[in-house]
Amino acid sequence: MEHLVEIDNLTFSRGERVIYDGITLNVPRGKITAVMGPSGIGKTTLLRLIGGQLIPDEGDILFDKESIVSMSRKALYKARRRMSMLFQSGALFTDMTVFDNVAFPLKEHTDLSDDIIATIVALKLQAVGLRGAADLMPSELSGGMARRAALARAIALDPDLIMYDEPFAGQDPISMGVLVKLIRELNDALDLTSIVVTHDVKEVLTIADYIYILADKRVIGKGTAQQIKDSDSELVQQFLNGKADGPVPFHYPAPELKKSFLGEGK
Amino acid sequence: MKFLQSIGAKTITKVAAIGRATLMLFGALVAVPRLKNVPLIIHQLYVVGVQSLLIIMVSGLFIGMVMALQGYTILVDYGAEGSLGPMVALSLLRELGPVVTALLFAGRAGSALTAEIGLMKATEQLSSLEMMAVDPLRRIVAPRFWAGMLAMPMLAIIFSAIGILGGHLVGVDWLGVDSGSYWSIMQSTVDWNQDVLNGVIKSVVFALVVTWIAIFKGYDSVPTSEGISKATTETVVYSSLAVLGLDFVLTALMFGIE
Repeated sequence: MEHLVEIDNLTFSRGERVIYDGITLNVPRGKITAVMGPSGIGKTTLLRLIGGQLIPDEGDILFDKESIVSMSRKALYKARRRMSMLFQSGALFTDMTVFDNVAFPLKEHTDLSDDIIATIVALKLQAVGLRGAADLMPSELSGGMARRAALARAIALDPDLIMYDEPFAGQDPISMGVLVKLIRELNDALDLTSIVVTHDVKEVLTIADYIYILADKRVIGKGTAQQIKDSDSELVQQFLNGKADGPVPFHYPAPELKKSFLGEGK
Repeated sequence: MKFLQSIGAKTITKVAAIGRATLMLFGALVAVPRLKNVPLIIHQLYVVGVQSLLIIMVSGLFIGMVMALQGYTILVDYGAEGSLGPMVALSLLRELGPVVTALLFAGRAGSALTAEIGLMKATEQLSSLEMMAVDPLRRIVAPRFWAGMLAMPMLAIIFSAIGILGGHLVGVDWLGVDSGSYWSIMQSTVDWNQDVLNGVIKSVVFALVVTWIAIFKGYDSVPTSEGISKATTETVVYSSLAVLGLDFVLTALMFGIE
């Protein structure tokens, strides 16, 4: 199978804290790949690494066979036109209407006439069901609508790769259903490759073609939804079933309670 | 030892911040200016310049009026109230115009710039620009920088002009100084290069410093509500101190050595 993004033996740390310790991960072209894991393990960091916003300490990231890490700045900006990212907050420009937000990448990167841009924007907004909301300001949108508007902006330039950062976080069941449907449909209709970073197990198992589970700085499980469900790794099972205690401990590391009360902990 | 260590650590952080600030400015300014960006600069000129006009004009008026009032009570004892014009004009053009404008600008426009850019960072708008292959330094930072550089000298000139009129209002219209001597002695005393131009140069330097600090503090802020509030405060404090300190240096260079 051909891979659009290949991450090879990546190590990344923030200050003293190691976030990834030699992870290898491939994203097959045309598929939806999910990256799951408990919060705070740097799933968003992974997307920023792929987008070239952060530089890894070691290892390489290939986007369409070219190394993002060693690319020149110019080449990186060119590569970024072929990828887009849906941020958790949507990250819409708050001083522009929904229409202008979606038109923004088109105006920046193409010389299309205003008429054509208006048509493209209308089509993109239609795809996410927000054509009627084109003249609203981002502050007038609900959380789910803002994310859909941001999605319309993300697909405005017809990218090859789209990265979703926690698309389901904080959504009501209806918006969640809409987003799940949109991610699947857009991926297939626009011939995209999608990476979904999330910790919403149920939704991901229904749409992802391939799943990686990250924990403890490395990949702890990978496979199709069925393979993941059948995994015999304790860690994977704890994550899938939401057990409070297990290999990922309930307690943040601390000296024993009795000792610390008796003043011996220090 | 702890004390020394903390001084060292602070120095390293400060120097690193200066380095980041220089890189930011460099990244924003080396870009070839694009025609597309002109409307962005004009919009920012409106925000930082036109919207600061009212506070600048009102402050200029009152400072000119107060100076005329104070100057008159002192000068009249020596029968020198005819020199009120040059006194008001020179103080405004050389010092108060550029300095007070810069201080007001830091409080009015600088803090707004910091908060705006900081919030853009916190809401991931800057990151999303980067991911859209649009450089935020060129799209967000550069237009704001140029707008500040253009707006502040103009505001300082307006401030001084209104101040001189305010001095006229109090000195001539209310206290009875001769209008002819107010203007003619001012004309013969104030030198274009020495006074007016030096004031404008001061104001350009202050514009650079205040706008740079404001933009950098926003761009480099910790993207939380606490971080942005701290960055905004620091903008006003650092720019005010920098303006006052630089004013002394510039005055010494311009007027100190004969």
